[in-house]
Amino acid sequence: MKATDRILGLVGSLIRQTLVIGATLLSLFPVYFMIVSAFKTRFEYIEDKWGLPQSLFWANFNTALAGEKFFIRFTNSSVLTVGSVLVSLIIACLAAYAFAKMEFYGKRTLFNIILSLMVVPPVVMIVPLFVAMVRWKLVNTYQGTILIYTGLLLPFSIYLMTNFFRTIPREIIEAARIDGCSSLRIFWNIMMPLSAPALITLIVVNALWVWNELLIALVFMQKDELKTLMVGIAALRSRNYVDIPATMAGLLIATIPIVVVYLFGQRYFIRGLTGGAVK
Amino acid sequence: MPLSVSQRYKLLRKIEPYLFLAPALVVIGLIFAFPIVRLVTLSFQRPFQGQMLFVGLTNYQTIFQDEVFLRAVRNNLTLLISVPIMVVIALILAIFLFDRIRGWQLYRTTLFLPYLLPITVVGLIFSYIFQLSGVLNDFLKVIGLEQFVFDWLGSTRLALPTLMFVIIWKEVGFGIVLFLARLMSVEEELFDAAKIDGADWWKLHWYITIPQLATTIEFFTVVSIITILSWVFGYVYVMTGGGPGNATMVTELFIYLAGFRYNQMNIAAAVSVILLLVTGIFIFLELRLRERSAALEEVP
Repeated sequence: MKATDRILGLVGSLIRQTLVIGATLLSLFPVYFMIVSAFKTRFEYIEDKWGLPQSLFWANFNTALAGEKFFIRFTNSSVLTVGSVLVSLIIACLAAYAFAKMEFYGKRTLFNIILSLMVVPPVVMIVPLFVAMVRWKLVNTYQGTILIYTGLLLPFSIYLMTNFFRTIPREIIEAARIDGCSSLRIFWNIMMPLSAPALITLIVVNALWVWNELLIALVFMQKDELKTLMVGIAALRSRNYVDIPATMAGLLIATIPIVVVYLFGQRYFIRGLTGGAVK
Repeated sequence: MPLSVSQRYKLLRKIEPYLFLAPALVVIGLIFAFPIVRLVTLSFQRPFQGQMLFVGLTNYQTIFQDEVFLRAVRNNLTLLISVPIMVVIALILAIFLFDRIRGWQLYRTTLFLPYLLPITVVGLIFSYIFQLSGVLNDFLKVIGLEQFVFDWLGSTRLALPTLMFVIIWKEVGFGIVLFLARLMSVEEELFDAAKIDGADWWKLHWYITIPQLATTIEFFTVVSIITILSWVFGYVYVMTGGGPGNATMVTELFIYLAGFRYNQMNIAAAVSVILLLVTGIFIFLELRLRERSAALEEVP
């Protein structure tokens, strides 16, 4: 009895381990493929697609950085990401403070409406937004696109911060109020510093979203010198099909910031992206 | 009569919340409320000699006779097959990781990675993998399975399933991490008690784990349905552009092409309205689920 149990357990864990390792290899393969290809010469790539490169062929990176206005695209993506993450953060925290710590008429309804906006797909808004943005002369401007991203980030940000602010004890706020602090000072000097972990989560998750976004960038940043990195990458498919290693080098550079941030801030990502559904 | 200090304080308390909310409400009004209202009016109009004319349901009639649009809807529905597949894969892997197999934290890190990578980057890498002269076909030749060498993204029959594979590959990590996070918040005693009562692996997971995950599974299902119906633009745009011959056309790409390539804003608006209504049902469902799980947590 004991022996069969042990054998069954062993077989079970063998199956589990095999399946998990298989899935892991499958999820890593494209990344591995991107990295090894980025260091191969074109000839080497054609000869051997999945093996390790014989030597590191760095010239691909020069090709990638020189072509397709890489630096401009990189800067554009950075400006949009930093801008919309910061603006949405401040606006969302102000609103979240009201939702979490103040009483007012229509609070629950308003909060539910904002919650439901969280999953409204941006694609349904692009047509009327474009029409409006043309009229407001905001197409092909950083401000206009940052405004759109800010709006799209707000529902999730408000939701996350409201949940976090709710956990801050009321006593702290009351004590500060007795000391004569205004609400704005309580918000800025007490709530915000106490929320550092939640704020980092929010910044990381939102930055990732803006950095990776394609559709809005495609429609609202059409001028060549305003295109983002992802739009530039999407265009590579048709143009650079021949020089795959150089393309892979470009992809690698575009991906590195994400992977670095992920490896250092993994728990923030997981907390932020699963927050709300799980506590 | 000037207000006394306490009256002024009371008044401030009353309007203060709205001051804190104001910036958020303005931006949400501009980016969500206004466009959605405008969307509906646009969908009932058509340009005529530089003016917008009210044309009733004409745009809707047009799209429902449009082969390409109908194809896009069918493709979106076909892609929904990936939802149960993702739920099952995520469930199995999350349970395995929860069994604390050796190195589970490392596995979690790598299994979640695809979810964070940009769709454009993933799409491009996969289009090189699935190319006729790509890695996959090279590999199939090496192991002697020449009969399985196909132009994966270039064939009308295979392009959509291939696309679906990539979507699953990227989105399933979210489910794994979501389920695992939920499982780790379940009290250990529950599992220990079942083990003491002599539950084997199957019984343990069938009677304890899966019921504990029920709301999370519902949530992931609804989120995935919304994703498949309205967040797959990036994959299609980068990997196939809707082709070959509309084999991978989806509603989002249809909206984009109608609105920004063929200059038919009003047709695009009508499709958007329909997409919004369909996702609206699921958005409502998701909201209910969130409320329910929030109600379970909140202790007054």
